[in-house]
This record gives sequence, structure tokens and C-alpha cells, in this order.
Amino acid sequence: MDILSLFVVVPVLIVLALSFFAKDLKQARLISVVGMGIQFAMSINLIFAYLKERAVNTGIMVFTKDVVWYETFNIHYSIGVDAISVVMIALTAVVLLAGIFISWKIDDLPKEFFISLIALSSGVFGFFISTDLFTMFVFYEIAVIPMYLLIGIWGSGPKEHSAMKLTLMLMGASAVLSVGILGIYFNSNADGGALTFNIFEIAQVNIPEAAQNIFFPLTFIGFAVIGALFPFHTWSPSGHASAPTAVSMLHAGVLMKLGGYGVFRIAMYLLPVGALNWSDFFLVLAAFGVIYGAFGAIMQKDLKYVNAYASVSHLSLVLFALLMYNKTAWTGAIIQSLSHGLLTAMFFALIGMVYGRTHTREITKLGGIMKVLPFIGAIYVITGLAYLGLPGFSGFVAEMTIFVGAFQHPDMFRRILTIVVVSSIVVTAVYILRMVGKIMMGPLSNEEYKDLPKATWFEKTGLILLLIPVVMIGVLPLGLSEMLKESIQPFLERLL
Amino acid sequence: MNLESFLLMRSEIGLLAILILLIIFEIFSNKKQKAAVIPFALVLLAINTALGFLPLASGELFGGMFKTNALLYFFKTTLSLGVLILLLQSADWLKEKVVDENKASEFFMLIISSLLGTYFMISAGDFLMFYLGLELATLPVAALVAYDTYKRVSAEGAVKYILSSALASGAALFGISLLYATTGTIYFDSMAEILTSSNLSILAFVFFFSGLAFKISLAPFHFWTADVYEGAPINVASYLSVISKGAAALILMILLFTVFKPLIEVWHKIIYIVIIATMFIGNLFAIRQQNLKRFLAYSSIAQAGFILLGLMSVDNLGTATIVYFVAVYIFSNLGAFGVVQAISSFSNKENINDYEGLYRTNPKLSLLMMLALFSLAGIPPLAGFFGKFFLYTAAASQGYYILVFIAVVNATISLYYYLLVVRAMFLRQSDTAIPYFRSPVYMRLGLILAAIGILVAGVYSPIYDYIFSISNTFLN
Repeated sequence: MDILSLFVVVPVLIVLALSFFAKDLKQARLISVVGMGIQFAMSINLIFAYLKERAVNTGIMVFTKDVVWYETFNIHYSIGVDAISVVMIALTAVVLLAGIFISWKIDDLPKEFFISLIALSSGVFGFFISTDLFTMFVFYEIAVIPMYLLIGIWGSGPKEHSAMKLTLMLMGASAVLSVGILGIYFNSNADGGALTFNIFEIAQVNIPEAAQNIFFPLTFIGFAVIGALFPFHTWSPSGHASAPTAVSMLHAGVLMKLGGYGVFRIAMYLLPVGALNWSDFFLVLAAFGVIYGAFGAIMQKDLKYVNAYASVSHLSLVLFALLMYNKTAWTGAIIQSLSHGLLTAMFFALIGMVYGRTHTREITKLGGIMKVLPFIGAIYVITGLAYLGLPGFSGFVAEMTIFVGAFQHPDMFRRILTIVVVSSIVVTAVYILRMVGKIMMGPLSNEEYKDLPKATWFEKTGLILLLIPVVMIGVLPLGLSEMLKESIQPFLERLL
Repeated sequence: MNLESFLLMRSEIGLLAILILLIIFEIFSNKKQKAAVIPFALVLLAINTALGFLPLASGELFGGMFKTNALLYFFKTTLSLGVLILLLQSADWLKEKVVDENKASEFFMLIISSLLGTYFMISAGDFLMFYLGLELATLPVAALVAYDTYKRVSAEGAVKYILSSALASGAALFGISLLYATTGTIYFDSMAEILTSSNLSILAFVFFFSGLAFKISLAPFHFWTADVYEGAPINVASYLSVISKGAAALILMILLFTVFKPLIEVWHKIIYIVIIATMFIGNLFAIRQQNLKRFLAYSSIAQAGFILLGLMSVDNLGTATIVYFVAVYIFSNLGAFGVVQAISSFSNKENINDYEGLYRTNPKLSLLMMLALFSLAGIPPLAGFFGKFFLYTAAASQGYYILVFIAVVNATISLYYYLLVVRAMFLRQSDTAIPYFRSPVYMRLGLILAAIGILVAGVYSPIYDYIFSISNTFLN
């Protein structure tokens, strides 16, 4: 078994182990935490193995493997990673492991919860290692559908409605995507070769411009809906608000990144001319999403909604940066994906902890939590500051890189858009500081909160797991960005 | 013609032998032995299905009236497997019939006669054989629909079925006679050479198509479907929706790709519109259904629309994707109908609301139901996903991207109502949930076979590759 396929095989084995051997919560979480611990260790190992392999291997992808799956359609199970997929895999592994720690005490149907969560993750890992369009699409859908059960069964509030809305919007988007993929597939012989689903073979082909103009928006929208592109972001706030903590973490932290990753890897790479022709239109949508999400977050009273709208804003920033087509902005986009993934997962985890103790997520009803829950409070403040871009944390590195890159563009239209988008930083500061100040500082809002239980060991473990990479990216960004830049190069060359 | 060439009809002869053995058994068994007819018939059919995996030569008999080739043979075996699963699922329901009314063996005889009819229909080499097969496939089903003799809806369903089926046969027959009038032959091969696009031949095609469209329940010939499914016993509804529909879709494909190929300009337009209408009508009506039989009836109408997508590509690809999808669809639908049957025979409950909280009392059944519905909706890694995606590929290969787009929109709509059932089973909790029960052995076997089909037929690619490799056997 090769090093990459294990990332799909281990979750599948864990799912099987859970289905047959787990009897109660204790066994279920033990199996899950061991399994995902292995997965996490494998992902750390993958980073080092990648760095080692990169030094000797100059291909776009390393650790490649190719097995014919459906011969008649030329569908292959072909895998490989570059720096971008490696860091995404690491992000997924860490968020997932943290999510399992946070769900330590899930009481209703624990076995099924972990099965759905890990089944979902197998789709995510598979998505990041695939280099074949069809295989990638299969994994993408596997990653989306368990969300319905996860939100519907273990969620809160209007969970049935939110779950249905989220599933239908995302599956609808993937349906649109499937048309785009078929369009790419049937144009992959434009230069006279055979039809193929292999991404790097298609990248050698010059697909006719007319076809690119039709299929780029389908592919772009198909992916960007899960990346919260305005106006298709509406599934996100309600979905995240209703989802249980670990699911919000995984969804906002990892699943939404599938959008940006797919746009980068498929839509822009395979349809470069279409991408250039459509970039202005989607840039405006993305820029609007950044501003809209930020103002949306200001207006919210529910902590989860604040974070959900903030995610819309930050992920629109990723799409915005990707549409800028230069190396710096793209590096920023990927660092932003990582940084947002970690920070939003921390936020959702913290909100879950506060909510689990106080049974409210309304900002107005909370106050002075820092006094009774010092650990949670301190981490909350750190997360907030990192989120709004304080130097020393990952958020600053990401946003700084994006804005520098975006402004490099000589085009006046893009510069103006960049300036508009930069102003969202201020808005972000407003809602983050207001929220943190209101719920953490000041007098205790309710006398009953005095005896709230302190953070437990598993909650602390989960948070610290997420905090370490945030600080690492913030303090030592150069290694990461060098590693990413190298991998971005071939994709950029295709566009310009 | 020597005796050996009769072996080309091996599947048909096998079914005939089963029928005769069943009659002999019925005559010579006493009242106590009657119950043994169930394992007896099941074993016979299982043997016949297993024989279907042995290779068979291609060829024709009776001067071209009867044809067989690898594709047809594969399809017959698939149908036989489908009927076997279906009979396994109905075995326990039949046991009651043996005790009370002493009519289990009739059930087997009728269903196997109908299967024999579908065999002859798809193997036909001329319109006479085709028509005989069609009627043999249809008439026993009318009796089966009325099998719950003392239920009013059952009798009503049977009357509806027989009347609309007679009308459809009439229309098809009229179409055939017009075809004969234009070409002077009823043989498929010679007709394909003579037929040209004239007004009369188009008229003939339209009548003929309407007749078959009734069998496949395509819009606007679908009105009988929901009422008949609701009235019929569940396994009969299941038979109608998988076997009868699948075989009719296959023969429609064969005729369109061979006999009616000269009219391709005409029928592509007709099919284009029929696909859109069928998918939308099936899906939009399914949303509003409460009774699961009606629900699955409309869902199967929508699925028929998907099957036709493959017709847009008149080549190996279209053929292979249709045959593959029908095979996959048989497993998925049998899974769904099987669960409905299991629950209905335990509790007499058939509404979606009754399924609330089912996961907490009967997790395995709910899980299988979810797998079957997700496969119908086209969610990977289940077989239905591959079936649907390949059909899209077939349509897209001819540049019908708009049609594919409409189809994927419909797939999303269908996901909505399939999720409604999943919601009832998994998300809801209910104090009046159906209590835990253990299904009888036959039923479990039938459900497991369906589940294996759903899980394996997609990921295991040699199945599709095999179908593709034999898919051109009828085209020349």
C-alpha cells in the first residue's frame, strides 16, 4: 500500500471497525481517536516525506500512482500530491483529530456519529490526493453527503431545515460541476489525443475557447458554492449554526476549502482561457462576498452565526485571491485556507464549549465568561486576535500576503477592488473585538454562570492541537510559503 | 435446423421446464406438502439463474424470429437474478397465501410466465414474436396485480392495468400494422433496410412508441403507474417497476437503434421531449407522496427518464450505459421495495410517516433503505451513481449538454424526496416507531443480495467493462 492511499484506507478501516466492534461511547471514541491519531501521525510524516522527495523529484506531483479503473471511459484511480495537497491533508488530519476530542462526550448514537464523521473525512482525504477528475468528483460527493445525517441527527435548532438546505445546495452545485467535468472530458481530445479524465494530461491540451467559456463558469460555480461564493453562500450560516460542534469545525475548517482547492486545481488549471475571460465577473462576486460577509457578521446575535458569516467573508477572500492570478496572491490564498481552517475550527470548538456550559449562544446574554472559564476565555481572545490579523499568528501572514499580491496587479479595476476588500479588515476587527469584549470581559452576566465547570483535558487537547500550527504559521511563515510557491509555479504558468 | 440449435433458447427452455415442474408439483402434492412449493420454485429458479452465467453462442432460430446474442443473454440473466431476489423477498408473504388460500404456486407460475414473455419480447426478431412476448409478459401481471383478491384497491388496480395495457397494446399493434403497410415485412432486419422517413412511417413510429412508452411508464403515458402500484401487492409493484420496465426499455433501445434508425432525426426529438417531461413529472409528483408505493412509483417514472438519456447516443456507449443502468436500477429498486415489503408484512404500515424513528428500532433495515435510496439518487460510491454518471456521459458524448444539465437538476430534485424518507428514518424520533423485528430467512437473503448488488456493481468496474465489450453484439 502506498503512502497516499493509506489516507483513504485508514478511515475506511476505522469505519468498519466502528461498525462491527464499537459497543458504546467509550469504545467508539477510543477507536476513533486511535484511528485519527494514526492518520494525524501519517500526515506529519507525509510533510517530511514530501520535503525529502521534493528535493530529488521535480515532477508537479510526487508519490504518484496510477491504476486503471474504468477502462472504457479511461477513468483511472490516479493519485499524487504537491505542497498544496500536503498542507491540506495535514489541516484535515489536525482538525479531525481535534474534532474527535471535542466530541468526547457525545451522548446520542455515538457510534454512528463517529462513523459519519470519519466516512466524511475519507472523502476529503481522497479528494486531496486525486489527480483524476472522475475519482476526485466521487470523493467530493462522498465528503458532502454524510453532512446531512451529521447535522440532521446531532444538530440543534432548525436542524432538519438547515441540513436539507445545505445538502441540496451542495449536491446541486456538484450536479452543475458534473456537467462541467463532462464538458472538460469531451474536449480533452481537442488536440487529437484520447479522451481522458487525468488532470495533467488534460492540462497539455488546448481546449477551444468557446468550450472554455461555457464550461469554466459551470466548473467554477460547482466548486465555489462550497467555498461560499456570494450569492450561493446561504447554506453556510444556517448549516453551521445548526451543526454540532465537531461538524461545524470540520465543515468550516476543511470542507469549505474543497471549493478553493477545486477552483485552483481544476477550473483554473484546465480552463485557463475561460478563467481569464470570466475573472472580472467572479472577482466582483468574491469581493462583494468579502464585504457582505463581514457586515453580515456584525449584525448577528448568535455566536455561531457571527462565525459563519465571518467564514463567508474569509473564504470569499480566498476566491478573490485566486482570481488575481499571481504567485503572491495565490500563496496567500492557500495560507488563508489553512489559517482560516484552523482558526474557525478553534472558534467553533470554543463556542461549543461555552454553549455546552451556558446553554446559550446569544451575545447579549453572555458576559464575563473569562472570570469563570479562564482557559477557554484566554484561548478565545487569542483566537479572536489571530482571526482579525494580529501579527505573530497565521491570520496576519495570510491576509498580508493576499493583499500585497492583489495590489501588485497593474490593472486599475483590480487595485480598486483590492482597496475595497482591504477595508473589510476594519469591519472584521469591529465584530471580533465587540464579540470577544462582550462575552469575555465585563461583569458576569448571570449569577448561575459562577459555577460553570472548567475546561476538561480533552477540550484542552483539542484546542492546543489547533493552536500550535496557528502560531507556527504566524512565527515561521517563510518555510511554508517557499514550499507552496514552488508548487504554485506550474499552475500559474498555465494561466499566463 | 438440428436439435442442438434449440440450445440457443436455453434460458427460455429452462423457464418452461420450471413452469411444467411447478404444474406437476401442484397436481401431485397433497395439502400438507403445498408449502414446499416455495423452496422448490426458488431452487429451480436459482439453478436457472446460475446456468445463465455459463456462456452461450449467438444465433437465430425459426428463420430469424428468435435471436440471441451475448448482450440479450446477459440481460436475461440479470432479469432472472432480479426475479430471484424478488421471489426471495416475497416468499414469506406467500407462505400465508399457502395456508389461507392455497395459491402460492399460481403466483410462481404467473410470474415466471411473465418473465418468459419478457425473454421472448427482447429476443424477438420480428414484430409477431415481439407482440406475442409483450402480451405474455403483460397478461399474467394483470392477474398478479389482483392477487390480493379481497382488497378493493387491488382489484381496481388490476382493472386499470388491464384496460390501459390493452389500449397500449392496441396502439402498438396499430403502429406495427402501419409499419407493415409501408415496408411489407415484419422482420426487424429487412425492415431496417427498407424503412424511410415518410409521413406514414413516422405515424407508425409514434403509435408504436406510445405502446411501449406505456410499458416503461414514460410521460405522458404514466397515469396508470401510481394507482396500479398502490393497489398491487408490493412484490408485484416491484416486478412492474424493475423487470417489466427494464425489459421494455431494452427492447425499445434495440428497436430504435436498428429498425427505426432511418427515422433517427424524428425520434431523437421525440425522446428529447419525453425525457424532460418524464423526469420532471416523476420527480415533482414524487415529492408530494406519502404512501411509499406511490412514492416509489413516481420515483421509478423519473428513473425511466434517466434510462432514456442513453438513447441519445446511438452506439456502443448508449447501449452499454442503458444496460448497465437498468441492471444497477434493478438492484437499487429491489432493495427499496424489499424493505417496504419487510416492514409492511410485519406491521402493515406503508406511509413515510410510519417510518419515523425506524433507525433506532431497526437499524439494519433503515441502513439498507438509505443505501437503496441513495443509489437511486446517484450518490457515490453506490452503484446508482456510476449508472447515472455514465448515462450523462452517453448524452454528453453527442453534445446534449443542456439535456444533461436538465437531468442533473432533476437528480438534485430527486435527492430531496429521497432524503425525506431518510429524514423520517434517521432524523426523527417517535414513540410509535415500528418495534424491532427480525425478518424471516428468505427475506434477509433477498435483501442481502440486493445490498451486495448496490455496493459492488459500481465500484467493481469489470461489470461495466464486460457490458461494454458485448454491447455491439446486436448492432450488426
